[in-house]
Amino acid sequence: MNIRTLSMKELSDKLNKKEISAKEVCEEYLEAAEKIDSEINGFVRFTPDAAVSQAEKADEKRAKGETMSPLAGVPYGMKDNICTKGSITSCASKMLENFVPPYDAFVTEKLNDANAVMIGKTNMDEFAMGSTTENSAFKVTKNPVDKTRVPGGSSGGSAAVVKAGEVPFALGSDTGGSIRQPAAFCGCVGMKPTYGRVSRSGLVAFASSLDQIGTLTNTVEDSAVVLNVIAGHDENDSTSVNYEKPDFTSELNAGVKGMKAALPKEYFAEGISPDVKEAVLNAAKEFEKMGVEVDEVSLPSLKYALPAYYVISSSEASSNLSRFDGVRYGFRASDYEADDIDDFYKKTRSEGFGREVKRRIMLGAFALSAGYYDAYYKKALSVRTVVINNFNSIFKNHDFVIAPVAPTTAYKIGEKTSDPLQMYLGDIYTVPVNIAGLPGISLPCGRDKDNMPIGMQLIGKAFDEVSLYRAANAYEKEASK
Amino acid sequence: MNLIKDYEPVIGLEVHCELATKTKIFCACSTAFGAEPNTQVCPVCLGMPGSLPVLNGKVVDYAIKAGLATNCEITKFSKNDRKNYFYPDLPKAYQISQYDLPLCVHGHLDIESEKGQKTIGITRIHIEEDAGKLVHDKEKGTFVDCNRCGVPLIEIVSEPDMRSAEEAVAYVKKLRAIIRYTGISDCKMQEGSLRADVNLSVRHKGDEKLGTRTEMKNLNSFTYIQKAIEYEYKRQVELLEKGEKVIQETRRYDVNSGKTFSMRKKENSDDYRYFPDPDLVPIVTSNEKLARLKSEIPELPDDRKKKYINNYGLTAYDAELITNEPGTADYFETAAEKTKYPKIAANLVISDVMTSYDPETEDIPVEPEHLAQIADMLGDGEINSSVGKSVLKSLWENDCDAYEYIEKNNLKQISDESKLKPIIDEIIKANPKSVSDYLKGKTAAAKALMGQVMRKTSGRANPTAAEKIIVDSLEKLKEKN
Repeated sequence: MNIRTLSMKELSDKLNKKEISAKEVCEEYLEAAEKIDSEINGFVRFTPDAAVSQAEKADEKRAKGETMSPLAGVPYGMKDNICTKGSITSCASKMLENFVPPYDAFVTEKLNDANAVMIGKTNMDEFAMGSTTENSAFKVTKNPVDKTRVPGGSSGGSAAVVKAGEVPFALGSDTGGSIRQPAAFCGCVGMKPTYGRVSRSGLVAFASSLDQIGTLTNTVEDSAVVLNVIAGHDENDSTSVNYEKPDFTSELNAGVKGMKAALPKEYFAEGISPDVKEAVLNAAKEFEKMGVEVDEVSLPSLKYALPAYYVISSSEASSNLSRFDGVRYGFRASDYEADDIDDFYKKTRSEGFGREVKRRIMLGAFALSAGYYDAYYKKALSVRTVVINNFNSIFKNHDFVIAPVAPTTAYKIGEKTSDPLQMYLGDIYTVPVNIAGLPGISLPCGRDKDNMPIGMQLIGKAFDEVSLYRAANAYEKEASK
Repeated sequence: MNLIKDYEPVIGLEVHCELATKTKIFCACSTAFGAEPNTQVCPVCLGMPGSLPVLNGKVVDYAIKAGLATNCEITKFSKNDRKNYFYPDLPKAYQISQYDLPLCVHGHLDIESEKGQKTIGITRIHIEEDAGKLVHDKEKGTFVDCNRCGVPLIEIVSEPDMRSAEEAVAYVKKLRAIIRYTGISDCKMQEGSLRADVNLSVRHKGDEKLGTRTEMKNLNSFTYIQKAIEYEYKRQVELLEKGEKVIQETRRYDVNSGKTFSMRKKENSDDYRYFPDPDLVPIVTSNEKLARLKSEIPELPDDRKKKYINNYGLTAYDAELITNEPGTADYFETAAEKTKYPKIAANLVISDVMTSYDPETEDIPVEPEHLAQIADMLGDGEINSSVGKSVLKSLWENDCDAYEYIEKNNLKQISDESKLKPIIDEIIKANPKSVSDYLKGKTAAAKALMGQVMRKTSGRANPTAAEKIIVDSLEKLKEKN
């Protein structure tokens, strides 16, 4: 029996029946992952000791006959901006290269309680700023489908390690598409839940009003199973919503007959590659065949969402990242003028942060500065309201939106690094979801002429992940026929 | 304070007041004063990566109470904003404060000034977190103590309505009294839980236009406020008289020299890049909550002041003095109910109790009944005022029934002429020098004889009666001559 070829569900069943032990699973995955990852670079570091002891704990608990979570004994990768007590959480930055948090993130705690087994921390763009994982201070992650291409970002490590079979699932964070886009580039399933659905407590903030933790998995069902574990109210996060948590797997197989989907025409206008356009429109036709009423609609604010996103996210980032000043923890410049605190800050932050992070900090600080605030930040907030209203009016008559995830498929490593604006444009289809706080799921819907995966994005009503999973699962089943 | 030529100072105050909550504003750490450095800290108040603030509801309640007690309008939809700046005592490199929607606005309070009652406007009251403390060591360098980080403060900003140091002090005293009555802060100035920033400019009396102001920060005693204002007023007038300009800047008041020194210039160029804190949700205050908080506001100093003027015949000035301290006001009220002479009781409270009273402990060792007894005996002429004072002093050391004490120590006033006449006759005989002085027209000589009478009677002689006998006797001698 090859443990790694089992689906997450099969793995879970065999663990439950005690046909295999969590420790065996853990060791098998660790060994394989370390081997595979030497070519993929999806992990920034493995945590074998903690993993084995966590797996042993799962086995002990199961031996006592306790009811186990479906994730008990299942290995996973954690994005390196999510805090893990006693284990380095670096955000792929030199700034936090040796930072060991003395606390767990809310989601880490939930996964620990479920006895899931973290085998390592995954690579990412520094502080989640980027779309290719090339902005990591440590290594460049490669797309497992074609190692000359980027895996997407910023959760590129998480997507790559899932796709490469190094772990059955991984967590990521999505501020402007950072889960959905790498899922699309690598050909796996990426879920960004509704803002407030999963606690941000312990997620190192990039843009607080947009950040949301989510899942990277091989299947839609796996995603729902993981979200069941990590979602829920957290009194330590004021923006975490105190709604009753549904069972996200409850309507997976309810079928889509009678559902209504919207196809916003702006998503298929200029800039989109023909292959991507065709694949997503074909997927929409599949939905129609399955009994979904698909209407073409308009989301006129789409083109404003991207600039608004970059203003809001950079502004919040400029403030959120100010705490990395070298005073209490993290990187500190060694050569600064004594008795000159400004020089201390300048050198520490200049040397500790990478180029993209510094670019965004400067962008954000500028947008918030006196005299520019109204023209940039305040304006961006008004755009945000318009985007929310646009979506609301679509959702009056529709259950979900069908859209592409990114204008293109995964491109070559190094191809866009010299042109940040071109890179930012790649986020155009994902950022409206964050701006509006909605749930969005990315799932494969074909391949392009280079045989690279194409992702389709389904966008749902706030806190209606259940319908999103229902539609996504129906498509996935249909497409695999 | 006297005006120099016709220059008047224009003074506005920003008063920071530490709220008496048990825990900090955004985490559960203790706010207790005086703990070992960095023992009352957690990831939230240390601004560790991934930590999130959760607003302490008590802080909002307390701030609203401060607003209600100072006739403010309460902002029903308020929020927290970030004030961004780098300093080692500020772990997040931003202070969570309030910018454009403070909890309370447009209030006022009344003070007793030299020219009678005056109303001082309150622009706003907002909530914010305190910063930490830097501890400088000549050899080892600078250390940061974060115990104070996140201690809840309210900042109360006045209109520039004050025109003298006395008015400024009266304003702070009144504000302090109101806050202490509401129970939201202990206002201990030595511990820094009440401190004032003074904004001061000068102009020619009658001018509409304001001059350039300077700000003096962190004055934590009434004396310092008084002295700093007096010094700064004089400094600015002298500059203008020399034809120089006042520079807008922050100045430090040096306690030892009594002078102010420039700290930093160009206040206007400071850009704090305020924006709404995305980690926190808006502060919404319902009418029900407002009604509840209103009902919890106790009788305030001005209510009591009015009562003392109307019921006990106190002057506005005396009533204000007594009501400034809730402890002395309570004490006075109990005594006033038990004496026939509340005004005399008030005089004793002001001249004797309040001069020995420690507002920190609020301890008054003399039972209010005993003070009432002294007032009664004074009013009935059974003891004279100097005996009254000394009895109160004795009771302060060792409290007991005042009647019994006076009886036991034989302190009753001697008013009877038959008892006073022989004593005075004897003194006149024994002091020929004073007598002859008087006869030569030096009427002050009678005072010397009076002193002798008091000495002889251990201060018990009724001064009015004794003086009459002395003068009569001397006048008789004059006639004989």
